Amino acid sequence: MAEAMQTAQALPVGSEGKRSGGWWGVLALIVTEGSLFGYLLFTYFYLASQSEQHWPPDGLPELLIPGVNTVILLASSVFVWVSERCIQRSMLLCSLVSMALAHILGVCFVAIQFNEWSKTTYDMTSNLYGSLYFTITGFHMLHVIVGLVILMALLLWIALGYFDHRRYAAVTIGGLYWHFVDVVWLFVFTTLYLTPYLY
Amino acid sequence: MTNVDQSMLDLNFCRVPEMGSAPVGSAAETRLARLWESAPGWRGWLSTVDHKTIGLRYLVTAFIFLLMGGVEALIMRLQLARPDQTLLTPEQYSQLFTMHGVTMIFLYSLPILSGFSNYLWPLMLGSRDMAFPRLNALSYWIFLFSGIFLYASFPLGEAPNAGWFNYVPFAGLEYNTGPNIDVYALGMVLLGISTTVGAVNFIVTLFRMRAPGMSIDRVPILVWGTLTASVANIFAVPSVSLAFFMLWLDRQAGTHFFDVLNGGKPLLWQHLFWMFGHPWVYAVVLPAMGIVSDALPTFCRRPLVGYSAVALSTMATMLLGFGVWIHHMFATGLPTLALSFFGAASMVISIPSAVAVFAWIATIWLGRPVFTTPFLFFAGFVILFVIGGLSGVMTAAVPLDFQLNETYFIVAHLHYVLIGINVFPVVGGIYYWFPKFFGRMMNETLGKWSFWVMFIGFNLGFFPMHLAGLLGMPRRIYTYAPHMGWTAVNMVTSVGSFVFAAGILIFLVNILVSLKRGVPATSNPWDAPTLEWAMPSPPPVYNFAVIPFVASRHPLWEDRLDEGVGRSSLEQGYLLMEGRETIGTTPLDAKPDIILKMPDDSYTPFFLGLFSALVFVGLLLHWRDFTVLMVLACSLSLTVWMWPRQALVQRVQDIEHDKEAAHG
Amino acid sequence: MNAFEFRSRIGATANYALSLCALAILPTSAALAENQVAPLNYFLHSYGPASTPTMFLGWVFASLLVAIFVIIALLLLMAIFRKRPAVAPGLLGREDEGMRWVYIGTGLSACILFALAIYTLITLNAIAKPTRAPALTLTVTGYDWWWKVEYEDDDPTRSFVTANEIHIPVGQPVLVKLKSADVIHAFWVPMLAGKTQMIPGLTNQQWLQADVEGVYSGQCTQYCGVQHAHMGLEVVAQSEDEFRTWQDAQRRAADMTAGVDAGKALFMDRCAGCHAIRGTEAVGAHAPDLTHLNSRRLIAAGLLTKSPDHLVQWITHAQDLKPGARMPNMVLSAAEVDALSAFLSTLN
Ligand code: HEA
Ligand code: HEA
Ligand code: HEC
Ligand code: CUA
Ligand SMILES: [Cu+2]
Repeated sequence: MAEAMQTAQALPVGSEGKRSGGWWGVLALIVTEGSLFGYLLFTYFYLASQSEQHWPPDGLPELLIPGVNTVILLASSVFVWVSERCIQRSMLLCSLVSMALAHILGVCFVAIQFNEWSKTTYDMTSNLYGSLYFTITGFHMLHVIVGLVILMALLLWIALGYFDHRRYAAVTIGGLYWHFVDVVWLFVFTTLYLTPYLY
Repeated sequence: MTNVDQSMLDLNFCRVPEMGSAPVGSAAETRLARLWESAPGWRGWLSTVDHKTIGLRYLVTAFIFLLMGGVEALIMRLQLARPDQTLLTPEQYSQLFTMHGVTMIFLYSLPILSGFSNYLWPLMLGSRDMAFPRLNALSYWIFLFSGIFLYASFPLGEAPNAGWFNYVPFAGLEYNTGPNIDVYALGMVLLGISTTVGAVNFIVTLFRMRAPGMSIDRVPILVWGTLTASVANIFAVPSVSLAFFMLWLDRQAGTHFFDVLNGGKPLLWQHLFWMFGHPWVYAVVLPAMGIVSDALPTFCRRPLVGYSAVALSTMATMLLGFGVWIHHMFATGLPTLALSFFGAASMVISIPSAVAVFAWIATIWLGRPVFTTPFLFFAGFVILFVIGGLSGVMTAAVPLDFQLNETYFIVAHLHYVLIGINVFPVVGGIYYWFPKFFGRMMNETLGKWSFWVMFIGFNLGFFPMHLAGLLGMPRRIYTYAPHMGWTAVNMVTSVGSFVFAAGILIFLVNILVSLKRGVPATSNPWDAPTLEWAMPSPPPVYNFAVIPFVASRHPLWEDRLDEGVGRSSLEQGYLLMEGRETIGTTPLDAKPDIILKMPDDSYTPFFLGLFSALVFVGLLLHWRDFTVLMVLACSLSLTVWMWPRQALVQRVQDIEHDKEAAHG
Repeated sequence: MNAFEFRSRIGATANYALSLCALAILPTSAALAENQVAPLNYFLHSYGPASTPTMFLGWVFASLLVAIFVIIALLLLMAIFRKRPAVAPGLLGREDEGMRWVYIGTGLSACILFALAIYTLITLNAIAKPTRAPALTLTVTGYDWWWKVEYEDDDPTRSFVTANEIHIPVGQPVLVKLKSADVIHAFWVPMLAGKTQMIPGLTNQQWLQADVEGVYSGQCTQYCGVQHAHMGLEVVAQSEDEFRTWQDAQRRAADMTAGVDAGKALFMDRCAGCHAIRGTEAVGAHAPDLTHLNSRRLIAAGLLTKSPDHLVQWITHAQDLKPGARMPNMVLSAAEVDALSAFLSTLN
């Protein structure tokens, strides 16, 4: 028998947290999505560094509202984390409430971001900066919206009583994706809003 | 598991997997077969998630694409056989070479290897399926649909026409107004989804789905190759998908990424394309080199020399492969310093290849080769790889590349590496695993003929391309004048291409003949060492009646290697049959970690694939409402797909009911 | 026999040798008895310091790599066919033997590669810049599918424009600025220098120098559309005097001989929208400047020699000779053709 391999232990069955296939799958998905954003930001820096125009053409971006929005998004991540911890402790109601809060904050982020978009004097087609700005933030927005759909599903599933402290992999996995979307925003925010102040 | 929570000791959430054996015909075996079988007829056909079926589908589809790309090439060779021919118009020629390149690179060379890996991985790793069987089906369907998508405009005479690397601004709207490039751009984004999904599946499979005891240093080299390629793909594919998406935006939404007048940069395209393109060319050869590393030893009657060195060189090649993309851009006027760096890096990348080459030669030298058809293909491959690699070293020399770039020398290089390192091992691999796939041996006489005709035809056809390149013949010209001095080499090339095609034809005939009349194969006709040969040919639906315990790299050779290796247990193992189940193990040491519930057959992958292809059709044709509708259909399919299921123990309700279902 | 002819004679022989080489490798013989000069054969011919080091580099690489190939092929054949001592049947070899092959093989390869890399860098350095300041600077712009050539001068009245044929003084480094008017092209005169892409929105540059008088062919090498195959050019290297004479002639506006008014009028009517002739009201900028058309050896970017017949064929059937070219077939009556030909024949 294979080197003292213990065969008589009890093993968890099915989707158990970080042992589930889904957790690993989402990690891989995050790597590839992460590189997608990497290439997007590379594109931004490549084009910006070669631009002969004034950059950004409309002057430095305003920081207050996007900054607040960043905080909102991060707060939403925190609530997702709280929600997961609550399930671990079988506090289903607490979990449900935090998830709902996380979702609401996410929706706020989207609303504020849409408002930001509507305030710009340029659009995707007006100039190179516009193309970059809207493509990058658009890609991120797409991810936020997908993330919100996921949070919505989690909310529903928690409400339906699908999860308890034994099985809640979906929350862990969906939450991981949401944290990723939030972390990516930090990079996007730094690139689009902060780096213009550096030169 | 020591840290299992007491409250989890509910059989549904946690149990001790049963040990036992399940010989063919036993009650346990029948039960397993029933659990894993697909529904008969078209239902099963559309809904199956069996990795063996999917693998074969990949192989067949990709091979058909090879034939299509091949026929395109043969038409081009007719046009180029003599100077000043007028068989094709310039525009037809452009579409042909573009579709030839696109087909071969994207629709043949990676998918065919995915086919092998899909079929073989679980068998080699001692598992009952891939990590995500449904995702597997999805990646096949999307591949198929994107292939159809890319070919859709061909009959209309509007196929992609800017070369496979599709440089802007020629590929921009201003110079290419038809649907040609939009088809290419959208098709590539779609195909990118399939590739990514497939790669994720391989990665997770490797880390989770090995049989107990198959620690990371015991997996076959093919697994290393595919793993490395998959990891590379998840890093590299976003680059090309993004590039094509931005190109599509430029063309259809009026953005300015590549628009020179508004500050866009054509060179950005080249960077993004080759940051993907170079890693990709290794992604399409490393698994094929893995095929050789695994199969060659069987015919040399000894283990591969330098297993760890070869596995490491696979990864080193890939790692370095991310740092050499500039060697496709030597002539773009970049600073000399950058060129020196990337030129040197491109030479360094030969070192891991040298490791593999010498390991193969040593394996043959120290072994006792058996001259069967697969052996011929693998030995021939070594020769072709060396030629192709050495011509690559010539192009890596920056000043020399200023001359060689965009000439037929490059065309010669790329065919030597692609056909030499991809097609030859693939054909050899089919000869090798055909008995496993279909339970019959392939005909040896026809096999030897197909090898020699292919080998001679290939060298006859493609070696002169080096000379054409040295004589200054540029790529992608639809004709040439008699006084250029390229007449002879082109004639020889064209003749050779047809000889090569005849070799492929013999191979096809051999497949058809052997499918019908081949000698029935035993479970291990070549006396090979790896796990896939431990089961009947063709394998049963459930792969392994019991999950084996693996104690060495060569489970089937353990008695005969004069090393003190452990003994694997293949007859006795985990039974696991409360529904479709297999074991999940820890990433490195492969200790049992979890009992995985595998999903049943399902139509959702097919529909999700179909709807996502239709999204792209809608985008191509500017059908707004249709596109939105299809996006909704995709989301719906995904929701159905992802809904937590009790059968997979993804949620906690209705435990009693569930138990009954499992035992009923 | 002048020097150039002599060289091309050598070239012919060398080409023959290359074909023979092919013959030795390939089991065909019929078609290979060709001993024409391949005008783009950079592997055996080089006529200037911007390409000669590269040619030597090519020879060293080619011979060394062929040698490596032969050694590896021999090893492989020996590995396959060598006699093996008998051993007990049923026993397979050990896993851990044979590593010496990998160490030695890889070690040697690494050393060779290191040497090759150093040699490459030295060569790259040698051809990166001319040793003297360039004697002449000119700008070549790629168009679908022809080349505009501009000779600049500090005095704008002395600058001039021509197409598809570049003249340079022999023995002098020449700086070529490379631009594109539409898509990416690549400028390549293989016997004088390597190629460089012409990228829209960017001005690249390269230098070349011809040490022997003669005509050197060039070719676009980046796929740029349907007529990429027919985008050739020529570099004419001349003695300093001849070059000056040529330059002075090119600077002059076309002198309008009398008696071709009908043809001239026709030209102004039909052709001047695209073509320019300096000294007339024809100032079109989409097509080759025709001021000194007759000074050129070839027309339509190397497609045809410039005989009167070819000119007429080209003007009336450009789309048949070069399908897709940006010049339409001009529908002209026989009388119009005559008049136009008469006019064009004055553009010396
Ligand atoms: C399929 C896979 C594949 C593989 C494996 C390779 C392998 C290599 N390639 Fe190739 N390459 C392509 C596919 C591939 N290539 C394609 C498709 C293109 C053209 C794209 C296009 O333009 O359409 C291309 C183009 C290409 C270029 C650009 C040329 C140009 O456009 O101007 C360059 C330049 O450096 C290059 C270099 C190399 C090198 C150095 C290797 C090395 O990895 C080779 C290493 C292997 C060996 C060297 C042989 C084994 C080693 C020994 C036997 C040891 C002894 C050797 C020595 C001491 C030297 N390749
Ligand atoms: C895996 C990759 C692969 C493969 C296998 C091939 C195979 C072949 N290629 Fe390809 N080629 C490329 C990848 C590949 N090519 C790429 C990437 C390019 C660059 C494209 C670009 O510039 O954008 C290229 C470019 C290219 C050119 C240069 C075009 C140009 O620059 O103008 C040429 C010219 O001769 C050529 C020829 C051939 C030939 C003759 C074959 C032969 O091997 C084909 C042999 C024939 C078959 C395999 C088919 C056999 C068919 C039958 C037996 C008939 C049976 C039919 C039925 C049953 C329906 N190829
Ligand atoms: C719509 C634009 C257009 C018109 C009108 C046009 N040409 Fe052209 N012509 C071109 C272009 C573009 C080329 C370069 C074609 C190429 O080589 O691909 C060219 C090339 C030529 C050449 C070859 C020049 C060289 O040095 O290679 C000649 C001669 C010529 N045209 C003559 C004429 C005459 C005479 C007329 C009128 C009867 C005419 N063209 C009308 C666009 C035009
Ligand atoms: Cu210009 Cu090719
Ligand atoms: Cu490369």
